[in-house]
Amino acid sequence: MKNIQKRKALGALFEVLCVLAAGVAIMVLALILYYVFRRGVAVVNFSFLTSLPTPVGVAGGGIGNALIGSLLMVGLGALIAVPVCIAGAIYLDQNPASKLAAYARFATRVLSGIPSMVVGLFVFSQLVLRTGHYSALAGGVALSIVMAPVITLSAEEMLRLVPSSQREASMALGATKQQTVFRLILPGAAGGLIVGVMLAVALAAGQTAPVLLTALTSRFWLTSLAQPTASLPVLIYHYATSPFADWQAHAWGAALVLVAVILVLNVTAQVLLGLINRRR
Amino acid sequence: MQEIRRASYSGTREGLFHYITFLAALGLVALVLGIFFLVTMQAAPAWRAFGFSFLTTSIWDPMHNEFGAVPALVGTVLTAILALVVATPLSVGTAIFLSEMLPQRLRRPLSFMVELLAAVPSVVYGLWGLFVLAPWLRTGVGQFLTDHLGFLPIFAGPSLGIGVLTSSLVLAIMVLPTITAISGEVIRGVPTGLREAMYALGATRWEVITRVILPTSKPGIVGALLLGLGRAIGEAIAVTMVIGNANLLPRSLFAPAQTMASLIVNEFPEAFDLHLSALLLLAALLFLITLAINIIAAWFVHRPSPDATATDKESVWARLLPKGGG
Repeated sequence: MKNIQKRKALGALFEVLCVLAAGVAIMVLALILYYVFRRGVAVVNFSFLTSLPTPVGVAGGGIGNALIGSLLMVGLGALIAVPVCIAGAIYLDQNPASKLAAYARFATRVLSGIPSMVVGLFVFSQLVLRTGHYSALAGGVALSIVMAPVITLSAEEMLRLVPSSQREASMALGATKQQTVFRLILPGAAGGLIVGVMLAVALAAGQTAPVLLTALTSRFWLTSLAQPTASLPVLIYHYATSPFADWQAHAWGAALVLVAVILVLNVTAQVLLGLINRRR
Repeated sequence: MQEIRRASYSGTREGLFHYITFLAALGLVALVLGIFFLVTMQAAPAWRAFGFSFLTTSIWDPMHNEFGAVPALVGTVLTAILALVVATPLSVGTAIFLSEMLPQRLRRPLSFMVELLAAVPSVVYGLWGLFVLAPWLRTGVGQFLTDHLGFLPIFAGPSLGIGVLTSSLVLAIMVLPTITAISGEVIRGVPTGLREAMYALGATRWEVITRVILPTSKPGIVGALLLGLGRAIGEAIAVTMVIGNANLLPRSLFAPAQTMASLIVNEFPEAFDLHLSALLLLAALLFLITLAINIIAAWFVHRPSPDATATDKESVWARLLPKGGG
């Protein structure tokens, strides 16, 4: 403790290393966004967003069918996952100490850690191989499994934030459990539930492996749920790994659209969460 | 009379409501059990055919129904560990910088930005790796390394731009936001009183960081690193795009290789019978490995350290949820 100069110098040295680490990390991450923006902006325009892909070498073409396919499959996933997961979260909230609640919580956490690739192969072997074709439906199912843990765990947390004093007041007024859930707890937690769903949608929209293994891709407009379906992440993957310069450029355009949607969803969710926390 | 009827009516509805939520919770348990058992059941033929030689032999030949996963296993472990070696100093340094050295006003927006990057999908990281990082590694850094350190076995051979090194770096960048966010959370959870006590004793800021903050938050940081390891092991698309997909034991950092996940991505469309079963066996292994890592990670993150104030266990779990990847 005697040599204060030496201690300060040593501290300064390591602090500089920390600043360097942070600088490198933030710079690399900023660089990724920069490239996505710069190379994407060069391609994205109205007809890029609304037209079908063209064959190699033919100018124009876009990501219209992939955009619709992604919207549809993420929507389908949400349609399956949201009711089941919120109902599950209500069970966890109403019977927090039950045995099933403990198992369900553990299962959800396990699910959140499974690589999405495994979920994709699971749906591939169970649905795609059994029905004999890749389909938007299988893609929706795979995405619903990816979304499930995010929705369930965030919903449980949001429901728990409704104060027990209010629940007791509701019960004291003679409301049944069901009435308490529908008239007090769900409305009170609505904002938080929406945040959870938005984060889950953002997560699902960016998934490549689960969609690639279940819906594959397509170069045409979607006409039925039972056929291979294009999606943004899979299109980026295919175009990026193709040897054609115009497809590679389109991959950057699609990446810009995808990243923009996902970041807007995440920022909105965080802002909403901030508002909810402030009101509380 | 009317009230009584209403009461009994809502009584049956009440039962139905409870039953529906019960089924939903049961469904979540059934889903995870279903995934596990169906995947392992379908993986069983491959396990019966090869047993432990699946884990110890290197020939992966779908034409002759011969499957040994050593190259994929080695590729997976190698890229994930290298990624962690790169990401650990960067992310822990960033977390220290963001939570201890920045004024509050800058800390919030910067941490928010870093966390936001956890949401960028892995295919975009892969795209960047393929078109920005790989050319740069091929010509700039790669050339330098082959010219000056080419005599070292790990830098042997031509730098193609895609291979083990590129995948490891892409993985490192991908797990960086997650590790930084969780470590930062844990570091900020160290009670202010401990910091102030150290400063009052005349410690410099760096001494406060190394003697109080890091030891107190060590379990949480180790948990964050393990979580990053789990993500890196299970990552499929970004790795597939930049690893070169050669089912060989990598001879150097520049060599193309294969991971378990990239092998599945490359071969699922043509797989049937024993080949499909072998891929499902890889998936089952991935499931078990990541499950084990995540359970240990959660245990570390939640382990109450004697000095830290109790952080809300559930909100830590919310932090562990995946935001991007896939």
